Amino acid sequence: MASLPPGAPPFAHRHLLGIAGMQPWEISYLLDAADGWVDHGRAARKRDERLLGLTQINAFFEASTRTLLSFEIAGKRLGADVVNLMAGQSSLTKGETLLDTALTLNAMRPDVLVIRHGASGAVALLAEKVGCPVLNAGDGRHEHPTQALLDALTIRRRKGAIAGLRVAICGDILHSRVARSNFYLLTALGAEVRAVAPATLMPADVEAFGVSAFTDMEAGIAGADVVMMLRLQRERMEGALVPSTREYFRTFGLTTARLRVAAPDVLVMHPGPMNRGVEIDSQVADDIQRSAITEQVEMGVAVRMACLDILTRPLRGWSGP
Amino acid sequence: MRPILFRDALLVDPVAAEPERADLLVAGRSIAAIGAGLGAPDGAEIVAAGGCLLAPGIVDACVFRADIEAAVAGGVTAALLMPDQNPPLDDPALVERALRLGKPRVWVHPLAAATRGLEGRALAELALLREAGAVGVATGRRAVADSAVMLRVLTYAAGLGMVVVAHAEDGALAAGAVATEGEMATRLGLPAAPAAAEALAIARDLRLAREAGAALHIACVSTAEGVALVRAAKAAGQDVTAATAPEYALLNDHALMGFRSFARLSPPLRQEEDRLAVRAGLGDGTIDMLVSRHDPRTSEEKRLPFADAAPGAAGLATLLPLGLLLVADGALSLSQLFDRLARAPARRFGLAGGRLCVGAPADLVLVDPKAAWRIEADRLPGLSGNTPFDGLPVEGRLRMLVKGGEPLCGAPATPRRDEAGRFGDGRAERS
Repeated sequence: MASLPPGAPPFAHRHLLGIAGMQPWEISYLLDAADGWVDHGRAARKRDERLLGLTQINAFFEASTRTLLSFEIAGKRLGADVVNLMAGQSSLTKGETLLDTALTLNAMRPDVLVIRHGASGAVALLAEKVGCPVLNAGDGRHEHPTQALLDALTIRRRKGAIAGLRVAICGDILHSRVARSNFYLLTALGAEVRAVAPATLMPADVEAFGVSAFTDMEAGIAGADVVMMLRLQRERMEGALVPSTREYFRTFGLTTARLRVAAPDVLVMHPGPMNRGVEIDSQVADDIQRSAITEQVEMGVAVRMACLDILTRPLRGWSGP
Repeated sequence: MRPILFRDALLVDPVAAEPERADLLVAGRSIAAIGAGLGAPDGAEIVAAGGCLLAPGIVDACVFRADIEAAVAGGVTAALLMPDQNPPLDDPALVERALRLGKPRVWVHPLAAATRGLEGRALAELALLREAGAVGVATGRRAVADSAVMLRVLTYAAGLGMVVVAHAEDGALAAGAVATEGEMATRLGLPAAPAAAEALAIARDLRLAREAGAALHIACVSTAEGVALVRAAKAAGQDVTAATAPEYALLNDHALMGFRSFARLSPPLRQEEDRLAVRAGLGDGTIDMLVSRHDPRTSEEKRLPFADAAPGAAGLATLLPLGLLLVADGALSLSQLFDRLARAPARRFGLAGGRLCVGAPADLVLVDPKAAWRIEADRLPGLSGNTPFDGLPVEGRLRMLVKGGEPLCGAPATPRRDEAGRFGDGRAERS
């Protein structure tokens, strides 16, 4: 496992825009910090005051429930004043350019901005125009870094380490920012990563991420220590990219029977929300021995607390451990 | 009109194998004499060229906006205007108006919209448009999706003796795509279309043009397969020409890194093997023309997430230095460069110019080939500076532009380094 080089700042980034380009020790540093917040979240009194007086704006230009809730809880547990902006439905964006929206938000003097947007690269574009740290909560098909971090934390806590594990990421890889961030993160930490998808949902040159591609589900999850399922959006399964829901479930749905080819102690994950009976069978999803799906949600809060804490350190005058 | 005598210039005639150092005399609207030690007529303006390049004015076979300032700054003396104007050039009055946009400095030659409103359904009034001054027919930014309509366009245009300029991208494959399929689009999570979208369109249009006996011009070739198709069609004797822009010979899809919307082009930037094939195609003449595809965009259209940004790049002011970069790179000789920039477009579309010989029109550029400057998006002359080459140091600066025997001002002087070693635009020094 890569360790922090002596003398280097543990996380020398202003924003968290993606996993691409992050060093293994930076990822590990974030995971270690997040691990520390897990127990805190399980205590009766969950409030920490380190972000007291800081304003966190969650600007979501694309509908979201769970990620927004997770960021809101993370901010509040750290004592920040959290404001949610559902810009997708608000009049703020009507007739106004994205950058004007950014300037408007910036003029409210937030101390940290959490942004989700439906276009790849939009969060990075906004980050250039604001004066505070920005956390990418998902941009188009590009990246969703906190999801990959929470997945990694879940795996690390269950399996002890990530290096050497065989992880199969299955489903709609083409449209998935979760898959892309996970490719970067898991390969950086030394896992063997497999992309498993019907050929129409497999992006071109996916091997460039350092992963191997499988268009057969059984072959793809054979011997896997972790099977990570992705959500297939309904409009993509009625003939556009796969012929039908039932054909998809038959060929790529995760069932108990199919899971027999994976490692005996396989961990099943899903970023949510699940389509039961489309990409995952209820029996698998609810198997408390193997499914880590609710645990992922819990780790999500811890990871986001760690990211909010670390990114706001410079403005809180924090100067190293 | 004063005669102009260029002393000791490096004359680049596209048909000559090698440029030669000599004098050139302009009298009236045409080139009067070429040779060593020419005598200066009374009242002639004498320009000491000092070995600078003297070449035909650029005939840019594809611009999307009649951006006259940018054209003058780029040494462009004639430009073919694509019909994608607002409204599209499907009416004789609009063509007549477009004809006057640049005179007297730059001659704008409109291309007629192939279909009414460029909608790809009904034929536009091509004969009337030709009468009004259109030099060809173009499908505009998009291909005509319906093969039956395209065949009719080609057949009808062939009957009128007009060249059909086709955008080569299969509309269904390219729908919604903003990048070429491959590693870069996958990493960035951008909607992408396979490079085959171009080959499909070129193959179809070549076949339809053969059916119709039409003269076809592929507006922009950007892929290896596209180059190969054009090469094979030429070898088979088909009446086809093709163009490309410097972007496709100098950049690949790595320029999209960081979601730089200035690199959002249509057709999209391709992969390295495509770039190399385009570069080779320009060298061996498979690709006949190097064009700017000048498409100035406002910051409102470009300062957006990559997929939401408008496609296109400003190219008029940088066409010549980027062409010289291809020469320095060994992709083209100087004569070949000016063949691609001036002679081939003039010949294909029946325009005067493109030659440096006695009797040819005096549309000339005098270029200092070693003057170094840096392309800066916010300082480019013209309507807008959205260029994917922002920040690139280049060589070659226009010293003088002559249109129809008249020296044109307005071209910025050679920029120089200031004391801090930065490149300024040198405008202050010109007066």
